[in-house]
Parts: sequence; structure tokens; C-alpha cells
Amino acid sequence: MSDLTTARFVNIGERTNVTGSARFKKLILADDYETAVEVARDQVENGAQVIDVNMDEGLLDATKAMTTFLKLIAAEPDIARVPVMIDSSKWDVIEAGLKCVSGKPIVNSISMKEGEDAFLDHARKCMDYGAAVVVMAFDEEGQADTKNRKVEICGRAYDLLIGIGFPPEDIIFDPNVFAVATGIEEHDRYGLDFIEAVREIKQRCPLVKTSGGLSNLSFSFRGNETVRRAMHSVFLFHAIPAGLDMAIVNAGQLDVYDQIDPELREACEDVILMRRPEATERLIALAESYRGKSAADEKAAEEWRGWDVKRRLEHALVKGIDAHVVDDTEEARELIAAGGGRPIEVIEGPLMDGMNVVGDLFGSGKMFLPQVVKSARVMKKAVAHLIPFIEAEKDALPEEERKAKGKIVMATVKGDVHDIGKNIVGVVLQCNGYEVIDLGVMVPWAKILETAREEKADMIGLSGLITPSLDEMVTVAEEMQAAGMDMPLLIGGATTSKVHTALRIDKAYEGPVIHVLDASRAVGVASRLLSDTQRDEFVETTAADYVKVREAREGKAQSVLLGLEEARANAYDPFYSDRAAPPLRPGIHSFDNWSLEDLRECIDWTPFFRAWELHGTYPKILDDEVVGETAQQLKADADAMLDRIIAGQWLTAKGVAGFWPCARDGDDVTLHLADREERVVLPFLRQQIKKSRERANMCLADFIDPAGDWIGGFAVGIHGIEEHSKRFQEDKDDYSDILLKALADRFAEAFAERLHQHVRTDLWGYAPQEQLTNEALIKEEYRGIRPAPGYPACPDHSLKPILFDLLDVEANAGLTLTENFAMLPTAAVSGLYFGHPEAQYFGVARIGRDQLEDYSARRGVDIATAERWLRPNLD
Amino acid sequence: MPHARSAPESVTSMSKRQEFEAAAATRILIKDGPYGTEIQRAKLAAGDYAGDTGLKDDQKGNNDLVNLTQPQVIRKICDSYIDAGAHILATNTFNANRISQADYGAEHLVHEINVSAAKIIREAIDEATAKDGVPRFVAGAMGPTNKTLSLSPNVEDPGFREVSFDEIVEVYVEQARGLIEGGADFILIETVFDTLNCKAAVMAVKQLERELGQDIPLMISLTLTDLSGRNLSGHTVEAFWHTVRHAKPLTMGLNCSFGAEQLRPHVQILSDIADCYLMAYPNAGLPNDLGEYDELPETTAALTRVWADNGRINALGGCCGSTPAHIAAMAKKVEGVAPRALPTVDQHMRLAGLEPFTIAA
Repeated sequence: MSDLTTARFVNIGERTNVTGSARFKKLILADDYETAVEVARDQVENGAQVIDVNMDEGLLDATKAMTTFLKLIAAEPDIARVPVMIDSSKWDVIEAGLKCVSGKPIVNSISMKEGEDAFLDHARKCMDYGAAVVVMAFDEEGQADTKNRKVEICGRAYDLLIGIGFPPEDIIFDPNVFAVATGIEEHDRYGLDFIEAVREIKQRCPLVKTSGGLSNLSFSFRGNETVRRAMHSVFLFHAIPAGLDMAIVNAGQLDVYDQIDPELREACEDVILMRRPEATERLIALAESYRGKSAADEKAAEEWRGWDVKRRLEHALVKGIDAHVVDDTEEARELIAAGGGRPIEVIEGPLMDGMNVVGDLFGSGKMFLPQVVKSARVMKKAVAHLIPFIEAEKDALPEEERKAKGKIVMATVKGDVHDIGKNIVGVVLQCNGYEVIDLGVMVPWAKILETAREEKADMIGLSGLITPSLDEMVTVAEEMQAAGMDMPLLIGGATTSKVHTALRIDKAYEGPVIHVLDASRAVGVASRLLSDTQRDEFVETTAADYVKVREAREGKAQSVLLGLEEARANAYDPFYSDRAAPPLRPGIHSFDNWSLEDLRECIDWTPFFRAWELHGTYPKILDDEVVGETAQQLKADADAMLDRIIAGQWLTAKGVAGFWPCARDGDDVTLHLADREERVVLPFLRQQIKKSRERANMCLADFIDPAGDWIGGFAVGIHGIEEHSKRFQEDKDDYSDILLKALADRFAEAFAERLHQHVRTDLWGYAPQEQLTNEALIKEEYRGIRPAPGYPACPDHSLKPILFDLLDVEANAGLTLTENFAMLPTAAVSGLYFGHPEAQYFGVARIGRDQLEDYSARRGVDIATAERWLRPNLD
Repeated sequence: MPHARSAPESVTSMSKRQEFEAAAATRILIKDGPYGTEIQRAKLAAGDYAGDTGLKDDQKGNNDLVNLTQPQVIRKICDSYIDAGAHILATNTFNANRISQADYGAEHLVHEINVSAAKIIREAIDEATAKDGVPRFVAGAMGPTNKTLSLSPNVEDPGFREVSFDEIVEVYVEQARGLIEGGADFILIETVFDTLNCKAAVMAVKQLERELGQDIPLMISLTLTDLSGRNLSGHTVEAFWHTVRHAKPLTMGLNCSFGAEQLRPHVQILSDIADCYLMAYPNAGLPNDLGEYDELPETTAALTRVWADNGRINALGGCCGSTPAHIAAMAKKVEGVAPRALPTVDQHMRLAGLEPFTIAA
């Protein structure tokens, strides 16, 4: 059996426990199961081997909450891979949970609190459901507090369980962890009694396991995390050798025993092991000195300037501090020169050493992307300082010594203009010593191949955000094949996936094709591809993996599709009489400089953090145990830049909205324009996947009254970014450049939100009374929708030219389209307005050949073109 | 604990569990093959399926109903497997449950179908054993139903379930009760694609044991949906074993999905960890481009002989595509090969999500 699946001591996560996590409780009470599921995912990703789920909260229907949550996490393979601990003080809740869990779970807990009969009844049921069980040291008299009571109760429970054939290896005793150092003398023994009880229980009851909930122990030091963490670590340090097998604990609340301040560690040990009478008083007194910890941090912050230069450089790189880096680099250069060394040695020596530390920390999940990009900024500035010196002695330098680890040509493919993700990957690779040739955005395949050949690149990396880019990547792969190339091809970007890569790109190119999930994987992939020893195995494993994906895909029963006519018969059928009244102010409205200050107020920050690979919902992410600190720093930097953008009028928000009378005609919506003879047709796609229960096969046209109705459209864009972006790039400041681009994207989204609000309350005016908070806006708690071409409800990007024509977007908002329908400038949003109260977002998902043919006829293009446009919905 | 049942047909005082253990100690036992293709070959007319049940709908394809309406057809198939050398004869009841029969409007006949199905096999093997003294067993087969407890049929609503655990338990209690009443020795939970459905089936059999006051040995057979070795609900072979160990099955194993060649590594994994008898019945290879199985009996037999030679197997049979000729070939090929010795495994806490997790002492 592998080490990965076998454990000797188990930390059980408590973050999906409403009694252990205030955040989780809030999410469940707010019915926000989606985010709650993410909490479980984070917990597993952070190494939880078992997840404890507890819904015991007075305001909740605990049975419903338990079963809902367990069913939801069952649908997430990366969560469901670990066993669940079903935690409740109510048997009904536990039993309901047992009916939803498909592996072998742990029940937490049963006890003799209500007598032997109830205890054995519950134990038998656990056997029938196939669950291990936590037995609390609790009997008819109450919870066991002394060592003797703990051992006696557990012994009695053990004998009863063995008597009914309960497997001893499936029993976990929890002999109750209570708070120590409370000031009450009887509590002083609690820690020691627990540890000693564990030792005796393990001897008395062969094969059983023991467990405890740690947070109780340090209850009297609430608010003093340093002391709590130290107490927990010290406690485990002594309880594990005594036989403790698992503990419910927040893994973030543990320190490495050896790294605890010895004075604090000793004070904790004195308390827990009852080593001296005045232990509690001493710990309380000492604890006070750990409260003002931030003052000490500041002192440390100044201290590093006194270190030697090599250490200073490393510190600056790890912490992303660029204030002194040019001076320090110069000092290092002079030092090396004085010893007869060359300027390049500054890079190869201290700078690369520092970046290796950054790489290791990032690779092991101890640093996050925004910090790494800041480190890169420091590195680039240091290198920029050295380049003139290196150039000066270039002739003396043999070619091979200047060789980077590897050379990568990167590009956002033709027709696509999105480059934030590609830039991040580029920075991360550069930080790790790779030479990156970035061809920018909208790069045709010919240029990519040509550059790769001329530069003798080691590999090519392609990026893209919009769905047509997937086809373009296949084209690049096909052309590489035709050109007889064999260098590795890396694929990344928001719409790409392992499945698409395996199914379409990998098949087009015989050389290695690797899908890179996110920036953090890029270095690992690149280094293995360039390694003499690992390359072959890595390439083969990946190829085999893709073969498996293809096989699984082929063998997989796809969801059943209805015929188009059948799907149409199951169309959504709203009360058309509820349709929105005609607009108060019909026609086209353009806005050439919407206030950025106003937009700033309705920025949705969650996607901003996601762009930096920090996952979590804003504002909760700021308090996240793992990424909270990074998120706070990033938000502060973003706010500072927003101040500069607004004060300096860096950017201009331009937009346009308009409304047209229309009618539904099948799956088309026909627009009646006052100034044109012909009618404009907006063709939409209908869901064809067979629906369960009463659900309709939806199409956006369903929300439009065939007897006459109105539809709207809009486009917004943020202009003026180029000048500033260029300045940052020249200043080697990728961090600010990426930050600016990410903020421009947020402005565009905020503008779309704000304009939609203006449309509802004023221009169209069907909801004049609407009063929504920013939060409610982000949650879309308003009437009507604004689906965008290229997104799930309306997946065909090619509707954009029709919309742009209707609104004369180029003149009214200054936006243009690329040949693959990406918008320029990049920070832009366009879409349609539907005012019907029942209008809702949905995903068209997979469609059949019949609809493809029907659509190509409606759209007036040949099948091959329609196929290209709708590719993502056809596979 | 429930006490052992003494079957009236039994010639010894041993329980069926003990008889099985005694037989399995001496040889690799042979299980039969599938009924579906054999029923098709009987070329029944549409009306023959419904017989005199009064069912109006077209019952063609309702193979389980044939137990009731054309028992002689089932008997003949059973006899052909006995002649091929099978010791474990399963009932033709893969879909004889309330959920699957509802598709035919035949859910009111579930009990009768199962009783009849078990009786046919019981009579056939008792007659055979009376002649030659070879011990044989009736495995009352329960399929997975066509509803799943672990997955939502609706991608947009992952928390939704079409059916509840209690409903599945009830469905299986009804089927198992019919099978035992008709004379089944064991209950075979087969083609498990959803682990939670299997847990519900185990629960159902436990309830029935209490209701009848008798021991009902279980046979459990997992089916994989991909070559990496997971079933549809995502459990690895090892995680699945951790999840159903509490049933203390008489046999644990794998069937369907692949041919013997592809199934081999998974049989091997299971063989190392399952401290009960191992029964596997693969398909006759993989289907060809037309969806037909064309692996020759000798080929299947040669592949399964490898399992036997490696000491991986206690009972062997056939699934999709297998015919009595395949079973006969397999039986002949493993004759005289020693059965797998049961492994001794350490008593550790063995938990499972989709993947196994063991806490060592």
C-alpha cells in the first residue's frame, strides 16, 4: 500500500464544521453552498486527509444542510476522493448523512449518554452502513473529565461493542479535550489526564484509535493565536507518542514544535503536563507579550538592511521589495568585480539563488502568484541594471555560457487579444531562468513557427481566452506537423482544457503537446521537457494520459440529446403578458466618458483575485487563512493604482446602448428597424440535452413575445491603457502592467453592470424603483439579463458583428472586432438586453447535428463555417 | 447473529456457506454465463414474453419476465451451463426489480418473477446434484437498477438525486425476499457501477436476514467503467473494497466492462487485499466495431488460466458475450489448478472516499 493512502497521524480538517468555522457557518446560513463547497475543496487541496462535516447550528435544519452538502461534495471528485467524517450530536442527522456518503465514512459521534440500548442500536446501524465510529467518553452520568472516568467509560464501551461483533479497528475513542489554564484549579489536570487516558485506553482496548478536538484546549487564550498555536503543537507533541491517532484541528493553527519560541514552549509544556504549580499564571503573563506581535515584525522589517548583500538580495526577491534593489545589485557587482569576477555572476549567483528560493516557495504552495510577479519585478530591475555591464564584455563571453535554461516562444493566437494569463506565465518562466520570446497577441501561426525556427526555440507556448482560439490552436498544431517540427507545444488559457487538448490538439501534432493548467505548473512542465533524464518519461506519461482521456471520452455515455423539433416543443414558456413595457427612451444612447469613480464603486473583486490565481470570494478572501495576507496586499496595490488611474485620468470609459422593437420567430428574434427596409435577424441556439423533471430546453428567443416585444443591446470599453502599459513594460514592471490590465477588465465589467442598471431604471425604465446594493448587483438580483455573445447562453461569437452594426459601436464606443470576433481594446463587454422578468441565464451546452444544419441555414452561412463557430458546442 | 438455514434439499448438515467453503477449498469453482444472449437465441415471439400475465405492453426484451412466462426456456439455458461445468448458477434476474420493471409496467410481478427464477435454478441444480453428487449453488442475482444514488442525472443541479437510499433499500429487500423464497442460496449483487447503490443492497440483505432470522451470504461484484480502475461513481477497486467490507461477503469480485485481458490488473489488486473468496466473470473480450463479442472460447479460457496460474482466483465465469462453450472451455482449462489462498490482512482502520485511506496502528 502506498504512503499516500496510509497514515499514522491524521489531521482532520474542521473548516467545514459550523461549530469550528465562523466563515463556514455564515456561508451555510446564507445558503451559499457553492462557496461552502469551495471551502471543502481548499481543505482537501491543502492536505486534509479526512473532512469533518458538522451542521449542528440552532438556526439550521441540520439534516437538510448535512444531506445537501454531502451530495454536493459527492459531485466533486477532487473533494470526494477523501473520506468524510459525519459529525453531529443528533443521530437523525448522522443517519441521514450515512445515506448520502458512498465511501466508508467515520461517524462522529455516538456515546452511552442515553444508555446502553441507544448506544448499541446506533453502533449496529453504523455496522450496517459500513462506517467507522467515534465514541465519546460520555455515559449516563455525563462527560468523563478525570483520567479514570475516561478509561473506565471507554473500556465499558469497548466491551459492549466487541460483544455485538463491532470490528475493533473501526472504533475511535474521543476521551474529551477540555480547556486548561482557565484559572480554575480542577481544570489544571485536563491536558495531562487526556494524554494519560489515551495511553491507557490504547492498552486496554486493542486495535482502537483515539482522537480529540484540539481547539477546546486553548479556549482561554481566544484572540491570541500565537499562544493557541503553540499550545496545540505542544499538546500533540506529547499526545501522539502516547497513542493519539487523529485530531480535529485547523492545520493552519499548528506550529512546528522545534520552531516555537523556547520560552513559550516551556510555559505551554508546564501547563499541559502540570509540571509546576504556578504554570498557568506564568503562561498568562507570557501570553500578554505575544499580543503586540506586529510591532516586532516592523522592527524585523528594518533589520534586514543591515545584512550582507547576498542575503539582502535574496530577501528583496522573496519579499518583492524593489526599493533598494538597484543599489544592492550594484554593490554585489562591485564586490564580485573586486574579486576578479564578471557581472553575469551576479545573476548566476545571488540573484538566481534568490529566485530559486522563490521558485521553491511557490512550487510548494508557500508563496502565491502576486508575490511571485513582484519578485520578478525585482529581478528584472536587477538584471536591467547589469545589462550594460554584461554588454560591455559580451565579446569575451562564449555563446554557451550565455545560454538560458531554455527558450520559449509564447503567443496569444490569431484573433484573440487576451494576454494577462500569458504574461503571468511568461514572468514565472523568466523568473526561473528561461528565455521567453513573447510575440504578443493576435499572432498568426506563420509568425509563431517562423520565430520558433529562427530563434531555435526549445518549445512553443500558446494562449487564448475566447473559444474560437481553440480552433486556432489546432491550426497551429497542424501547421507545426506539416512543417515537420517536433518541439513541444504548450497549451494554456482560460478556455483551454486537458480534454480539448487531448481530443483535438494532441491528435493534430505528433510532437509533445502539454496542457498547462495554470502558471504554477509552467516551470515544472518546462523543466521536465528540457531535462535529459525526465523528458521521455514525462512526454510518454502525458501522451498516455491523453490517450486515456480520449478513450474515456469515446467510451463515455454522452448525455442524451433531443431532436431539435422535440427540444423546441419543450421550449420555455413565459407569461408573455409580463413582458417589459416599451422603452421610455428608445433609440441609441452613447456615453463617451462615464465616471471612473462611479464605476470603481461597483467593481466585482472576486474575478480580479481569480485572475491572480487567488481563489475565494471577496471580501472573505481577505481573511482567508492561506491567501488572506497576499490578497490584502494585492488589494492595497490595486486601490493605490485605482487612485492614480482616476486622479491622472489614465483611462476613458466609452459605451453605447440601444433598443429595438422585435418579435420572436421560432429560435430567431427579428428586429424591426425604423430606418431600414430589411429586418435584422438575431438567431439563437436552443438547449438539446434531455432534461429531467419539468425543466425546459431553453433558447434566448423564448424570452421574447412572438406578438411583439423589445430587445436591447450594448457595448462598453475602457480606452487609454496602451500608453501606461508601455511605460510599465519599459520600466520592467510586469506587476504594475498586469495589475493595470486586470483593473481595466474590472472597469469594463463594472461599466456593463452600471449601464445595465441605468437601462433598467431610466433608459428602458421597466424597473424605475429598483434600489440595489453593490452586493445585490453583483449577485444579479435584478429583473432582466444581459447575455453576451460567446458566453454559455449565446455561445456564438459571430453575433457580435450584427450587434456592433446595430449600435454602430465603432463610432459610438470606439470598439472594433478582430477576425475571430475578439473586441479591441481588450477591456470590453458587449451583449443583449432581455427585459422579461422570467429571463434567465443558462448554458446551451451540446447541440445536435440537426441544430447545426438548421442554424447554418438561419444564419446564412455554409455548414463548415457554422461548425467552426459552434465547435465547442458540438463535441 | 442470524443462525444458519438448513435447506430442505441439502443432503448434509452443513450450511450453504460451509458447503461453498468446502467446495472452494478443493478447486476453482465455475460460475455460469449470461442469459440475455441465450434468451435471444431462443427466438421467442413478442407475445411469448408476456405469456398469460395479462400485460398489455410489448414485453419483448423483458428477459426477466421470461422466468415467469416461459420457465422451460430458462431451465434449458441453466442446464446448458450445468453441462458446461458450472457450480455457481445465477438466477436470470438482473432487471427483476421494481425500478427496472416499471419500464415494462410489470412492477407488480417483481416478487413472482424472482420466486420463479430462483425455483427454476434450484430444481435444475438439485436434479443434477442428485445424479452426480457435485455441489452446486444458486446465486440470486440483483443488478444495479437503472437509477443511481451517487450522481445527479442533471448536470446543472449536482445536489439532485432521482431516488433515495431508503427507496433503493426497499426495492432490493423486495427482490431479495423473492429470490430467497424461491430457493437462492446466496444473494449476488452484481455489476455494481454505483457504490452507494451497493451499500443500499447490502443494507437490504441485512434487513432481510433479520426479518427471516437466517444467514444470507453475499456475493459482491464490481464493474469498472474505465481502464484506470474506477466504477461509475468514481471509486477505485481498493476504495470499493473498503466500503463494502462490512458486508463480510462470501465472494468479492469483478464482472463485465472488459475482457479478461483488461480486467487482469484489477483482479490482481483485489486478490491481494480481499480476505474473502474472489469471483470474477469478465466479458468475452471487447466488442468489435459492430458491438459484437467475437473472442473465441479458447482465447478467453487461455486468458483466465493466467489468473488461475497466478493464484488470483477462487471462482470464474463469464459475462457479456460468453456462451456455454466459453464456460466449458474455461472450466476445462483451470481443472486441477489450485484455487487462490485467502490472504491474511492486517487489522487497520480502512476508510474510503473515492480513494482508499488506511490508518495504520
